[in-house]
Amino acid sequence: MTGNHQTLALLLFSVFVAITLGITTWVSRSRQGSAEEFYAGGRLFSPMENGFAIAGDYMSAASFLGISGLISLFGYDGLLYSVGFLVAWLVVLFLVAELVRNCGRFTLADVIAARMNERPVRIASGTASVTVSVLYLVAQMVGAGSLVALLLGDTGEAAQAWAVIGVGALMVIYVSLGGMRATTWIQIVKAVLLLGGTIVLTVLVLVRFHGDFDRLLRTAAERSGHGAAFLAPGLKYGGDWIARFDFISLGLALVLGTAGLPHILARFYTVPTARAARRSVVWSIGLIGGFYLMTIVLGFGAAAIVGPDAVRGSNASGNTAVPLLALDLGGGAGSTGGAVLFAIVAAVAFATILAVVAGITLASSASVAHDLYASLRRRSTAPRSEVTVARIAAIGIGVIAIGLGLLARDLNVAFLVGLAFAVAASANLPVLLYSLFWRGFTTRGAVWAVYGGLVPALVLVVVSPVVSGSPQSIFPDVDFQIFPLQNPGLVSIPLGFLAGWLGTVTSAEVPDEAKHAETEVRSLTGAGAV
Amino acid sequence: MRYEDPWYDALASGWGEADTPNTSGTEVPAARRERVDGAAAAAQVYVEVQRSEAFQEVRTRYRRFVIPAVIGFFLWYVAYVVTATTAPGFMARPVWGAVNVALLAGLGQFLSTFLLTWAYSRHARLHRDRAALELRWDTQELTREARGGAV
Repeated sequence: MTGNHQTLALLLFSVFVAITLGITTWVSRSRQGSAEEFYAGGRLFSPMENGFAIAGDYMSAASFLGISGLISLFGYDGLLYSVGFLVAWLVVLFLVAELVRNCGRFTLADVIAARMNERPVRIASGTASVTVSVLYLVAQMVGAGSLVALLLGDTGEAAQAWAVIGVGALMVIYVSLGGMRATTWIQIVKAVLLLGGTIVLTVLVLVRFHGDFDRLLRTAAERSGHGAAFLAPGLKYGGDWIARFDFISLGLALVLGTAGLPHILARFYTVPTARAARRSVVWSIGLIGGFYLMTIVLGFGAAAIVGPDAVRGSNASGNTAVPLLALDLGGGAGSTGGAVLFAIVAAVAFATILAVVAGITLASSASVAHDLYASLRRRSTAPRSEVTVARIAAIGIGVIAIGLGLLARDLNVAFLVGLAFAVAASANLPVLLYSLFWRGFTTRGAVWAVYGGLVPALVLVVVSPVVSGSPQSIFPDVDFQIFPLQNPGLVSIPLGFLAGWLGTVTSAEVPDEAKHAETEVRSLTGAGAV
Repeated sequence: MRYEDPWYDALASGWGEADTPNTSGTEVPAARRERVDGAAAAAQVYVEVQRSEAFQEVRTRYRRFVIPAVIGFFLWYVAYVVTATTAPGFMARPVWGAVNVALLAGLGQFLSTFLLTWAYSRHARLHRDRAALELRWDTQELTREARGGAV
């Protein structure tokens, strides 16, 4: 029977691919291909649609499979992740969403460059955005590869490689042909599928325990072999002080990183007004919060029903906990119900990865075309249409992501996601907040803030135990490790803010007060917003 | 009601007028000079709106909600993460059945996020949206006039 759920999973996944390709052709028919259309989908999505699309953009396979898996193995410590991912949305809602919608057009750099000497700021911010996107993209590609291996039972390298290439090719097609409109609809479909699947599984877990959450927790704690310690923090991030600081660093990166993710910021431009942007964030907070609450039930449910030993036996980092749980809830291995539920979970996980990578590819192609190409192109050459450049950039980014995804096949997905968040929080958030709220901020401050966060974050990772000096490193045989933490956020985020401040106070440039007035008035009222 | 805003006081030195693009030394064709003057006048509109009482009121209302809320939830989150990593013993203290302090704190984070989201959107809808929208139309009207009505 093991072949059955795999065939069914492949079938469901093919249906999803067919539907999404259908959406892509449908929305790209008779479009004039303006930048407005390609980057922002015409800006006419409703708050509810955009809220679902944001949720679909944000809830990656790492959160669907990863967090539940962590909870099933380490109990409470897995939950710490989901809290960080959710609370981060308050930063977005309070400080970023409406103001960015009012001030910008397509990218993060639009908001910053409005007040500054445009060229250096655009190059800096575009570089940082592309870096964050590529890191996040590689994480998703690696996830896609290992997911195929896990779900199809084929651990061969060829299957993983083809999965990475296939995902890369699909995302390039979605983005370069369908632009933001196709990407948005794919994310909405995915969000509905993901939430639907999660609700079904959660209800089944609760039914199994007759709605008694307390008994679910006690059973999970008993089966874990850790007893009450399973329900308290410390199983994963306890240990020595380095591990604890590492977690604090990760927590900081999670909560501050979301507001600096280019593909999340790009979503606010798809609605007509700041008020609609706010309402879409409210929608997405509701959806994402509900989703994470359900992953808690699924994680403890997997611990209680499947048991940590079986989860660990299937995949050491727990990524298969939810599929195994689905198999059991449907009636166990060999039953039709089990095969169907397993196939649904597998297909939903694939859909999740595709929707997320499409969103990131679009945002990074926008950064390449709108920020980098527009600033770096030689003035003498005839300008190509920006959208054409963006379409080509999407292909280039797809190729880079496939290449890095194949190289980084063995890296831990959660680590890569944490790193992307740390870089976003260090390089993008300080400059964004300074531009929106600090009257005296100057061009030099902006450039320093970006590089002052970006460079330390990347350098600290290179000299961290992730790259060298420990058996789990990328290069276990050499040792140039200086920095003890895996996540650089604790150091690099303050450095980003510090560099922005330092660059501003040391620059001779007199801040342009009229432009600050314009930014402030526009950000809070929406005057002149596109 | 007067809002004590250090920024505002610093602004009162007539810097806005000095903003005209530096065109001295180059010959500016008449049409372009007109456009430059229009743009400078439009920039001046934003300065005037920024100084207006109506805008100050919108900004005050925004800041009065957002600053304490950001400080509040950020400290609450940092306290949660630091407590979870440094004092697992305290977090493991049972409260009711299998539910312990850690679980309550975690669910408390979810709850506070939902409540703050609701409070913020309600505050913005009731106290900010209308005034901001009026300012938006007024500002756009003024910039259009300043540009010479052609835009």
